[in-house]
Amino acid sequence: MTQEAIKKDIQPEPKAKIALRGVSKAFGSNHVLSDLDLDVPEGKSLVVIGSSGTGKSVMLKCILGLMEPDSGSILIDEQETTKLHHKQRSKLMHKFGMLFQGAALFDSLRIWENVAFGLVQGQGMNKKEAREIAIEKIKAVGLKEEVANLYPAELSGGMQKRVGLARAVATSPEVIFFDEPTTGLDPIMADVINHLIIDSVQGLGATALTITHDMASVRKIADYVAMIWEGKIVWKGPVETLDHSDNEYVEQFIHGRADGPITRRIV
Amino acid sequence: MSQADATKKENSSVNPVILLLDFIGGIGAAVLNFLAALGRLTDFAVRSVKNCFLPPFFPAQLMRQLIDIGYYSLPVVGMTALFTGMVLALQSYTGMARFNAESAIAGVVVLSVTRELAPVLAGLMVAGRVGAAIAAEIGTMRVTEQIDALRTLSVNPYKYLIAPRVLAATFMLPVLVLIGDIIGVFGGYLVSVYNLGFSPSPYMEQTWKTLENIDVISGLVKAGVFGFIVSIMGCYHGFNSGRGAQGVGAATTNAVVSASILILIFNYIITQLFFS
Repeated sequence: MTQEAIKKDIQPEPKAKIALRGVSKAFGSNHVLSDLDLDVPEGKSLVVIGSSGTGKSVMLKCILGLMEPDSGSILIDEQETTKLHHKQRSKLMHKFGMLFQGAALFDSLRIWENVAFGLVQGQGMNKKEAREIAIEKIKAVGLKEEVANLYPAELSGGMQKRVGLARAVATSPEVIFFDEPTTGLDPIMADVINHLIIDSVQGLGATALTITHDMASVRKIADYVAMIWEGKIVWKGPVETLDHSDNEYVEQFIHGRADGPITRRIV
Repeated sequence: MSQADATKKENSSVNPVILLLDFIGGIGAAVLNFLAALGRLTDFAVRSVKNCFLPPFFPAQLMRQLIDIGYYSLPVVGMTALFTGMVLALQSYTGMARFNAESAIAGVVVLSVTRELAPVLAGLMVAGRVGAAIAAEIGTMRVTEQIDALRTLSVNPYKYLIAPRVLAATFMLPVLVLIGDIIGVFGGYLVSVYNLGFSPSPYMEQTWKTLENIDVISGLVKAGVFGFIVSIMGCYHGFNSGRGAQGVGAATTNAVVSASILILIFNYIITQLFFS
């Protein structure tokens, strides 16, 4: 094999958009994250799986700056972010979009105002222009234009999730975070949301970090999968290798077995 | 119960020294918890005030709060002031008549209303209406991750949620109290003239003669401080609300109780500063 052919065969390691190094976070004596390391490759979709209470949400909140880690480093585009001043953090937030588990729509605002919120209040865009973008995004997630003037309480859970997704992508972020995007939805709506996530992420060319324990969702949206257990990443690899991980935690989790190392430790 | 716990309990139940140490330790822990809570509240209040004066500003939010806190509290404060003025006139008459000092009723009513009753009662009523609403709304936003959502959308929750409420309450409570002063004095006038048989002109003349600028000003200063207390306590407890319905319920209760107690304490302090 020639040197050129060898070079072609080797897949270059994607550059990390987000890199966590030795991140720890404890609440009293409860050590939620313990020296956690994780790379999220640029332009790829990484899904973190793990049982409830293993530190998935805390990890996400630390990356977003909603919580401060006790120690360790969180690099975004190779820049340290754990000790950012408020203004620098606000600037960094322009790179992010986030779909919350319960959508977290603002009750007092209409749907289009929710979607346009980051554009108007966060970036200072005028309302007319922001409304046009918001309606475009509302249509892109499969909702009718009439929905734009309703309030969140008038929508079903699945529709709220779609609006949450529209809000997350409205500012064309570089990184999109998804917190349990399909939890509480019926299988059909969950699949619809999965497709919308793929379309949104690929359409923007964004990096995506999702936390979930919905395996159907994992197989659909992930390029890479990482498993978190007791505040550490115990396995990471391309989604194609998930079924041959040779990791007892991953094996138990993806097959949903009652017996295994996870339940033994919990009991 | 483990053996160690059982042994400890047995020892502490018989040994007076250990009992005393436990008691002192308990007091120490309570004091430390109180100081920690006071520190958190002070930090929250300083941040809130700072964010009232630093851009970006949210005028639409401020306008909404001015209407919610000011305009919609008017019926409650108005009714409270009216009936307080009326009762005050009746009670004063009963007392003053014993000393043939009925002519002092107009002065008693106007001084009591402007200096004490209008600001304190308006503060307590607004603490119940507005403080509870603020704590419940912000607490629900905390529980449903709406406050986290604000941050991810590059919006500072102190500027968007807290500052408009603090500014609106601090500004609107003096306005409410000023209106309450007028209604309260009018209530006293109604009872004195139509129930107790006073002549209207001498009653009003006595009212004006007794009233001084400092009486009204001290009441308005109190109202501004009480408005600040009500909004800060509502925002603080809502912002730090526990999880679930129980957490929001507790935040609401704590907001109203703490605001009410602080209103009574600061009422004494301000009165002392103005009139000692």
